[in-house]
Amino acid sequence: MPRIGVFVCHCGTNIAATVDCGGVAEAARGFPGVVHATDFTYLCAEAGQRKIQDAIAEHRLNRVVVASCSPRMHEPTFRKAVAQAGLNPYLMEMANIREHCSWVHADRQVATAKATEIIRMVVAKVARNEPLTAKQVGLTKKLLVIGGGIAGIQAALDVANAGHQVTLVERTPTIGGKMAMLDKTFPTLDCSACILTPRMVELSQHPNIELRTYAEVLSVKGFVGNFEVEILQKARKVNHLTCTGCGTCWQKCPEKNVPSEFDVGMGRRTAIYIPFPQAVPNKPVIDTANCRYVRHLAAKERGEKLMECRVCEKLCPTKSIDWEQKDEIIVDRFGAIIVANGYDTFDHSVYGEYGYGKYPDVITGLQLERLMNASGPTKGEVVRPSDGKHPHSVVFLACVGSRDDKVGRPYCSKICCMYTAKHALMLKEHDPNIQTYVFYIDIRAAGRGYEEFVRRVQEEYGSTYIRGRVSWIYPQDGKLMIKGEDTLLGRPVEVEADLVVLATGITAAKGAVDLMQTIGISYDTYGFINEMHPKLRPVETNTDGVYLAGCASGPKDIPDSVSQASAAAVKVCGLFSQDYLTTDPMTSVVDQMKCVGCFLCEEVCPFRAVERETLRGGKVVARINESVCKGCGLCVAACRGEALNLKGFTDQQLLAQVTALLRA
Amino acid sequence: MTSEFEPRIVGFLCNWCSYAGADLAGTSRTSYAPNIRIIRVPCSGRVDPLFIAKAFQEGADGVMVLGCHPGDCHYVEGNYHARRRFAVMHRLLDYLGVDKGRVMLEWVSASEGARFARVVNEFTDRVRQLGPAKRPVHSFQVAGNR
Repeated sequence: MPRIGVFVCHCGTNIAATVDCGGVAEAARGFPGVVHATDFTYLCAEAGQRKIQDAIAEHRLNRVVVASCSPRMHEPTFRKAVAQAGLNPYLMEMANIREHCSWVHADRQVATAKATEIIRMVVAKVARNEPLTAKQVGLTKKLLVIGGGIAGIQAALDVANAGHQVTLVERTPTIGGKMAMLDKTFPTLDCSACILTPRMVELSQHPNIELRTYAEVLSVKGFVGNFEVEILQKARKVNHLTCTGCGTCWQKCPEKNVPSEFDVGMGRRTAIYIPFPQAVPNKPVIDTANCRYVRHLAAKERGEKLMECRVCEKLCPTKSIDWEQKDEIIVDRFGAIIVANGYDTFDHSVYGEYGYGKYPDVITGLQLERLMNASGPTKGEVVRPSDGKHPHSVVFLACVGSRDDKVGRPYCSKICCMYTAKHALMLKEHDPNIQTYVFYIDIRAAGRGYEEFVRRVQEEYGSTYIRGRVSWIYPQDGKLMIKGEDTLLGRPVEVEADLVVLATGITAAKGAVDLMQTIGISYDTYGFINEMHPKLRPVETNTDGVYLAGCASGPKDIPDSVSQASAAAVKVCGLFSQDYLTTDPMTSVVDQMKCVGCFLCEEVCPFRAVERETLRGGKVVARINESVCKGCGLCVAACRGEALNLKGFTDQQLLAQVTALLRA
Repeated sequence: MTSEFEPRIVGFLCNWCSYAGADLAGTSRTSYAPNIRIIRVPCSGRVDPLFIAKAFQEGADGVMVLGCHPGDCHYVEGNYHARRRFAVMHRLLDYLGVDKGRVMLEWVSASEGARFARVVNEFTDRVRQLGPAKRPVHSFQVAGNR
């Protein structure tokens, strides 16, 4: 039998001014199951809490209702208080008679009556409360970082330096990401490689970090503290344990005409290659789609003849070429995951007015980075891809694939204004006689030293900024004509250029949505990860134990990405500082006798908390993984057979409130 | 209908948005019609349509279900499920003999204290004009003898 104690708080005059607290307590004594009711000035104060605790002992209370403020305010306080008196903390319920009553109603009679009814409802609920126990589960203190760009590198280093094991998975043959492709960084003009490559080396040599390049995440099972992850290690055809990275193979490989991904098609690479000279690991992989020997083997199978090659194998001093190497699937356990899968730049070939990506001298900002870079395909010479001549007039177009509803990218990519300004400056440094024009919509230069930087480019470096969109680019006499509008002057403009650089915006990385679905985290219409809370939980995803960093959640510059990475690392360290994870006991529970195995619950569960269990008779029923369940109750409302219930918010508890209110 | 009629309104409020919105109305001392009695639920998607039916059966004059705005659900998609269930529930109301104006599904965020008060006032007025609700024509057993 429930023995309920009701405690009505005055909250000074906050409640008592409009609610007759003594009268309410008096009325509460008549509610079913109530054996003790009283009022007090401040229940949250130490004296108030002691009053509750003493009453629990004196009146042998096994249920408590605290009628005071919102449970969102003091539920933890009073749960703790009753727990100290030996009561299960989940046998305490709060009746909100302040925020929902005394503060919003001036009439004392109305407010008193309402407070009484609120308490009656909560008394009916608490009578049906069951003791709940938080469960403890162990955790694997090992982090998986997905993505080896600057965000992933930073996160991995931070967590590894805190003493935890880290595995970093990168899908390309090297870490470094987009930052490694940049020549300089705005607004300080730091050499990108100079600040990045030491980090890459540090990561590869860190005793706590296992680096897996040329690898992808295949599947993620489990939950916070205990993820089971399948990683696909793609065959490199090179034994990295014996390879010294001497470079003989990629210097001698006869297949030299493969467009370089790293140089964004501006340069060529060999079939056995490292993406760039400072790549980490500095050991090659064989691109089997282009390797002559692999193609020879495939042709042989088809009964065709193709020249055998195997030059790399013959020349390798350590006999590290391994044709037998196969793709491999590695299964490992992790306690947390940081998703730092980065971004791709917008594919501008959808813009017919800019030539559908077909004019060789219309390039992207990232391609210009490669042309300007001393270790790039032109050794830092900025030349026209069409004829290799130096450009004298360069036109930049901002917002290509950003702030443009027409191409489904209404958002601002955040970095393009700045990198365009940087490009205009760098070109002038390369060749003082060059003339640069920038077509822009607005200049968005929020950041330390950013606005000053853009000003410098305009004033000191004489770049001509024209506010307006470009309507048409067409080739004429070996040059490009750019037609647009100067919206400030309100008239059309026409500029002749040798080279056009498109500031292509940031889009979600290729395959991002597949990855999000594999991990089970939510993403927006553009494929960027949704944060747990956009303001207050910006590096957490909706799945416990999965964090995010960098452009995975939308456009960011390097400092923002690095800050996010460190923030995510702190979250992981916080998680790993615990030896056990305590789970909220207010989870769904299945009555397996009633479950018919329709698994509608599995379908509606946003957290994949529903598991399948085969009973001895062979019947397959649902089981809730309490470590994963967040207690939303979606499955409970969906269950046709009423086999599911939500602890703490059971059907019985909620309906008892309805009945208590309306039947009185 | 006499002007003295004060409808009895049950409100199922999701813990993360609408309940917090109601708290904010309190914190900002935004007064509203006192008829609503709030039942806290973790998510609008927790609300079984049968709860609504049960409320009418027990004598409620109006039922509100308030949740997070679409896209803001603490549980990612609970409010979408609530919305779909609500659409189906709406069709059931005719069968039960309950006027459709007596139920409301609305989105109120944690920062919308004033909006909470407005929504509650509007709904209360609406139900007041509809007058006292008749008990549903079809009485039905909520399975499991709740």
